[in-house]
Amino acid sequence: MAEVTRVGAYELIAAHDRSGPADPRPGQFYMLATGERWGGGDRERPYLPRAFSFARAGRLDGGGVQLAFLLEDVGPGTHRLGELAPGEPLNLLGPLGAGFTAPAEGRRAVLAGGGIGTAPLLALDDALRARGEQPPVVLGFRSAAFAEAAGLFSGAPEVVTDDGSRGRAGLVTEPLREELARDPDATVHACGPPAMLAAVRALCAELDVPAQLALEAGMACGYGACFGCVVETKEGYARVCVDGPVFDAAVLA
Amino acid sequence: MTRGEPAAAGSQGAGSVELCGVRLGGPVLNGSGTFDAIAARRAFGDALLERFPFDCFVSKTITVEPRRGNPPPRLWEAPAGMINSIGLPNKGLDRFLTEDLPQLAELPVPLCVSVMGFDHDELGRLVEAVGERPEVALIELNVSCPNVETGTVVGSDPVETAAVLAHVRRLTEAPLIVKLTPSASDPAAVAVAAEDHGADAVSLINTLKGMALHPRTREPWLGGTTGGLSGPAVRAVAVQQVAAVARRVSIPVIGMGGIAGGCDAADLLAAGSRAVAVGTESFRDPAAGRRIQTELRALRGAGGASGGHAHRTSPG
Repeated sequence: MAEVTRVGAYELIAAHDRSGPADPRPGQFYMLATGERWGGGDRERPYLPRAFSFARAGRLDGGGVQLAFLLEDVGPGTHRLGELAPGEPLNLLGPLGAGFTAPAEGRRAVLAGGGIGTAPLLALDDALRARGEQPPVVLGFRSAAFAEAAGLFSGAPEVVTDDGSRGRAGLVTEPLREELARDPDATVHACGPPAMLAAVRALCAELDVPAQLALEAGMACGYGACFGCVVETKEGYARVCVDGPVFDAAVLA
Repeated sequence: MTRGEPAAAGSQGAGSVELCGVRLGGPVLNGSGTFDAIAARRAFGDALLERFPFDCFVSKTITVEPRRGNPPPRLWEAPAGMINSIGLPNKGLDRFLTEDLPQLAELPVPLCVSVMGFDHDELGRLVEAVGERPEVALIELNVSCPNVETGTVVGSDPVETAAVLAHVRRLTEAPLIVKLTPSASDPAAVAVAAEDHGADAVSLINTLKGMALHPRTREPWLGGTTGGLSGPAVRAVAVQQVAAVARRVSIPVIGMGGIAGGCDAADLLAAGSRAVAVGTESFRDPAAGRRIQTELRALRGAGGASGGHAHRTSPG
């Protein structure tokens, strides 16, 4: 059972998982596929399910969990998911992988997201606020239409856009650098496109701040079977699905 | 030795199958390299063991030395299937025996270990070391993986395949299954050569060699340049090759290639397979093997057929 609402240039899928665990960890993900007509789209795809970190989770009365997934229509799989009609079945496998972990004692979480990578940080922000924390959040988007996703956050995230159509024009590492100057004892939790994560990683290395990075990789299964989603670490290839998707920046090659 | 005796957890019901002297609770295996039982148990807990999706577990292929596998990207989604270029990453024989084998022995079904050697000596070492372990019921010789050049050469050629079997057959009493490549010009001739030199079964098909291009640059998408096509896209090839091989050999045939439901499994059984394996479909659904077992039982009940002559349903 799913419902799709529009959030600027994105869509938000709300789904009920009656049988799943009620307390997935932010940064964990689910494999999604529509229950019907999964296939037959552009170039006869999709075929494989698609991996999404959950953007929001809440307990359901009577058991299970209500989940929200942030979606951008970038191909036949995400396009089909965005077409879900209210009440149409959604196949969902999860929660999978390793999520974010709490910062070390005495350190405060700072959240940095880019584009669709905002999703797991929304879940993390919700979880931290439920514990009474108010983490600083910095988000980068292509333009104002995408930056609508910042409105999903309970607080007031600092937003930058590539074209300056919302917030200042620039990269998310700029407000992140300012935030880390205010609090050098932070731990960064970040998710976003590869170039952004590389920049966040370089910044954190420069300032000697620990970072947890939620990575994305194409994967067939999501549970360690296909070995398709590997990322290079200091100890060789690791599977993003079971060894991540959240990695300590220090272990990545 | 438990080899050849009924599997402890296997049901002795109507679906029970005998494969090379090993009694299986049913005819559904996994294709090598398509299910990591250790990772799946970490992800899903011991519920995986209580509702294990296969009647026999086939390990990912192991080699003597550890292998990193191919550089990413390793996957490409194709029409009704996918192309993979994984490159047989594994921790090597020694660590497999000490770290993985004890965990795989806890599975409620018989264990088949898949091995690949880059020459006869390596393959001999693998077969000897794996075959002497009582936890191992069956050994599959991967002579057909399209990602490693040597494998393609051996499995494509009846003479090469016969030479491999002649070398390793005397090294173990464990049943040897030869995994055939669909890229051979005459897979049945390779199967006959394997049977003549002591193979106890053959399994087919492995993936078909394939290639995908980056949508913008038109350069090869996969880190390994080429890969193996699998999924429903290859099913018709599997049915034809299984039928062709089953006509020529008397040892059991394990059929696989694009099985997504009980109907597809029934087709491969009707084409002459003793057992079938589910591969890519498990990526889409970790419980696919179980669903296919159930659908197969229902089909056989409905059709009243048994012994590999399953009821054929229309493709409608």
